Amino acid sequence: MALEDNEYILQMKHIDMFFPGVKALKDVSFNLKKGEIISLMGENGAGKSTLVKVLTGVYHKTNGEITFDGKVIEPTTPLASQQMGISTVYQEVNLCANLSVAENIYIGREPRGAFGRIDWATMQKNASDLLFRELGIDIDVTKELNFYPVAMQQMIAIARAIDTQCKVLILDEPTSSLSDKETERLFKIMRNLKSQGISIIFISHFLEQIYTICDRITVLRDGTYIGEYDIKSLPRIELISKMMGKEVKEGEIESNVDKSVPRENVFLETEHVTVPGKVKDLSMDIKSGEVVGFAGLLGSGRSEIAETLFGTLLKSSGNIYIDGTAVSVKTPMDMMKNRIAFCPEDRKVQGIIGDLSVRENIILALQAKNGMFKHMSRHRQNKLADYYINLLRIKVSDREQLIKNLSGGNQQKVIIARWLATEPNLLILDEPTRGIDVGTKSEIEALAVSLAKEKGMAVVFISGEMGEMVRTCSRVMVIRDHEKITELNDDEISTAHIMQAIAGDYHGKSC
Amino acid sequence: MESLVKKFTQSSLALPLVALAVLLLFNAFFVDDFFKIEVMENGNLYGRPIDILYRASSLIILALGMTFVIATGGIDISVGAVVAISSATCCVMLGGDISGIPEHPFFVAILASLCVGIVAGIWNGTLVAKLKIQAMVATLILMTAGRGIAQLMTDGQIITVYYKPFAYIGGNIPGVMLPTAMIIALAMVLLVLFINKRTSIGLMIQSVGINANAARYAGIKVTAVLFAVYIFSGFCAGTAGLIEGSLIRAADANNAGLNMEMDAILAVTLGGTLMVGGRYYIGGTIIGAITIQTLTTTMYAIGVSSDRLPAVKAIVILLIIVFQSEKFKEMYRNYKLKRLDAQLGSKKEVTNA
Repeated sequence: MALEDNEYILQMKHIDMFFPGVKALKDVSFNLKKGEIISLMGENGAGKSTLVKVLTGVYHKTNGEITFDGKVIEPTTPLASQQMGISTVYQEVNLCANLSVAENIYIGREPRGAFGRIDWATMQKNASDLLFRELGIDIDVTKELNFYPVAMQQMIAIARAIDTQCKVLILDEPTSSLSDKETERLFKIMRNLKSQGISIIFISHFLEQIYTICDRITVLRDGTYIGEYDIKSLPRIELISKMMGKEVKEGEIESNVDKSVPRENVFLETEHVTVPGKVKDLSMDIKSGEVVGFAGLLGSGRSEIAETLFGTLLKSSGNIYIDGTAVSVKTPMDMMKNRIAFCPEDRKVQGIIGDLSVRENIILALQAKNGMFKHMSRHRQNKLADYYINLLRIKVSDREQLIKNLSGGNQQKVIIARWLATEPNLLILDEPTRGIDVGTKSEIEALAVSLAKEKGMAVVFISGEMGEMVRTCSRVMVIRDHEKITELNDDEISTAHIMQAIAGDYHGKSC
Repeated sequence: MESLVKKFTQSSLALPLVALAVLLLFNAFFVDDFFKIEVMENGNLYGRPIDILYRASSLIILALGMTFVIATGGIDISVGAVVAISSATCCVMLGGDISGIPEHPFFVAILASLCVGIVAGIWNGTLVAKLKIQAMVATLILMTAGRGIAQLMTDGQIITVYYKPFAYIGGNIPGVMLPTAMIIALAMVLLVLFINKRTSIGLMIQSVGINANAARYAGIKVTAVLFAVYIFSGFCAGTAGLIEGSLIRAADANNAGLNMEMDAILAVTLGGTLMVGGRYYIGGTIIGAITIQTLTTTMYAIGVSSDRLPAVKAIVILLIIVFQSEKFKEMYRNYKLKRLDAQLGSKKEVTNA
C-alpha cells in the first residue's frame, strides 16, 4: 500500500468543506500521479473550483487530509502553496496588463544586482530564455503584456507558473478563450511538461479536449466524489451520465401524451447569431404553438442562448427575425415590445424583487413595458394580480404579502405571472422548476404545454432534468460548447437520445 | 381602538412620529410659549412652530431628493456643495451693486441656479449610472470640487446682493403670511407626492434599489432610473441653494449648505428609509427633517450654546437610530417573550402548588 501511495504526487482524502450554511464538498477524494494529466469533471456547481481552491489555499478545508510529495500539508495561502510547487493558471489571466512580460514573469522574485537594485538585463534575458526553452515562444519580453493577445498572455502565465519549481500545474478553463490552433499549441506544451514529470490538473467544459489530452478523469457531482476513471475505460455517454447522476437506459419508454403541436408560422428565427465566448453561430427557428427545449449540460450555453433571444446578452453578428422581420436589439425592452418574455434561471438574483409585494412583482414587467407615465390604477393592479393568483393557483395570504416570504414554487409562479401579464408570443422558461416541490413542478410543466396548445404561444423550456424536457417538449435542441449540435423531434425525444446527443454519439434522424 | 393602535405601531411612520412627539412634548413642558403663534405687525406669522418649519425648509427639500437616491441604494453627498454653487450662481447673476439694480433679470438668475443644480445632477448621474462608479465616491468628487467651483464663481469674495426681491425667497413676500421657503418646500412635497401617485417611478426606483439585476430582467431601464434620481437630487439642491443664499442675501462659498448633506441623509434615515435601498418613505423623510430642526431649535431655546449643539444632537440621534434598529427590536421582542414565559412559569407553579 505504501508503495502504491508513493506513485502519487498529490492525494486529497475525505475532504469536507463548509461555507456558512452550505456543505460545498462532502468527503471528496482526489489522487494525482506524477507526470499525468487528469481532468476534474462535473457540472457547474459540482465543486471543481472549490476543490482546487482548497488545494491552493484560497479556501480552508473543514476536514480531511492533503498529502503532497510524501508530506502532509496544510495550504494556507495561494503564495504558500505556490512555494510548495502547486501553481495555478486561471481562466481569466491574472497578470498585470500594464507591466512588461518580463516583469510579469518575475514579479515578486526579481533578480537583484548590487545594493538590491533590480537587475533588468538579467531579468529580461531569463524571461526570453524561459519562454523559448519551455514553450518555444520567441517574443519581445520588454513589451507590455497588453500588447499580446489573450492566448499569448495565457502562455506567459503558464511560463510563470512552471518557472517556480512547480510540480503540480492547475489549468482552470484555459481554453475557453483560445482558438483551435492556439489550443493545439497549448496541448503540445502540456505534453511537453508531462514528459518532464509535471502533473497537470486540467479543467475544461470541452469533452473533445478532455478526451484528447487527459489520462484520467475524476468526476464530482453536487460536491460529492463520484469516482476516478481511466479515460479509455469511460465512454463519453457514461461520463455524461455520471456528471448528471442519471443512468442511461437504451430504449426507455417515456410517456409523451398530449404534447403541443407546432403551428405553421415561424415566430422567431435566428441566422448565424454569435455572441463571443457565449453563443456560437446559432441558426434556428421557433414556431408558434410549440414547446422547444434547449438541452445541454450546465454551462453548455443554453441559458446564454435564451439571454440572447431576450436581449440581456447582445449578439455581435448574425440576425434575429421576428414574424419574418429582422429586429435590432439593444435592451430587453426591445424584445419585450416584440412580445418575448423571459423567466431567468436564477430566481433569487434575476427574478424576484424580494421586498416588493406579490402584486407589485406581478405588474412590474407590464408597467415597465407601458412606461412609467402610464401608471396603472391601483384597482387595475389589484385585478391583474388577483387574476393571476387565481389562474396559477399561487398560494399567498393576500396580494400584499412580500414575495420573499413565499415558497420557491410560488415565487416562480409569480415570476411567470409577471410575464404572462405582458401577453407574450414567446415565453422563455429557464430552469423554471429548479428547487421546487414535485406538485408545483408538474403544474408548471402542464402550464407550459397548455399555453402552447391553447393560446398558440411559443414556449422555450430549459431544464437540466431530462425527464422534464421529454415530458413537455415537442422539439429539443441539443446544445454543447455554446453550439447547437442537433435537434430531436417528436418520438425521437427520449432521455437516452438527448444524453447520447450531448455526448456526441447521436446525431438525430434529420441530420 | 386596539387594532388602530396596532396599525399605528406597525406603520413605518410610528417611530419617527413618536420621536418628534417626544421632542415636542419636552418643549411644551420646558420652553415657555413654545406653541404660541402670533401675527406680527407686518402681517407675517411668528412663533417657534413656524420658525421650525421655516428653518427646516431647505433641509426638507434636500432630503426629498436624497430619499429617492438612497432608495436606489445610492447616496449623494454632493448636495451641500451644490447648494453653495447654486447660491453663488444666483448672487453672481444678480451682482453686488450697492444701488440694488440687478445685472440680470431675477427670473433668469433663479432659472440659472436651478439649471446649475440639474447639471450637477447630470454629472453625478453620469458617474453613477453610466460609469458605474460607487455613489459615495462619485458624489464625493463634486462634494470636494463644488466649493472650489463656487469660490471661482465669486472670485473668492462674499458677494452681498442689495437687490431687494432676492431677500423674499428666504424671507417673506410682502403681504404673504407664511415664509416663502415654507411655501417652496410645501410645493416640492406636493410635487413629489403627485409624481408618486401618478407615475410608477416609485415602483421602478424601489425595484432598482432592492434588486437591480432582477429589475433589469423585468425590462426596467436601470440606468435611466439612476440618472433620474441624481438629476432630481441636483434640482432639489439647486432650489435649496436659492433659499440658503437668500437667507443671508449673499454668496458665501465656504459656508452655504455646509454639512447639509449629512443632515439630509440623517433625515432620510430617521424617516425609516434604509441605506441599503428599497422601500422609501416620503412622509418619514419630512418628519425626519422637521425632527432634526426641532432638536436644534429646542437646544437653542433651553440655552445650549451653538458650539455644544452637535454633541447633544448626536446623543439624541443615536438614541433614535438605536430604537429603530432591527437588532434592538429583536432584543425587545425576546425580552417580552421571556417576561411572558416567566409569567406563565410562575402561574404554573401556583397551580402546581
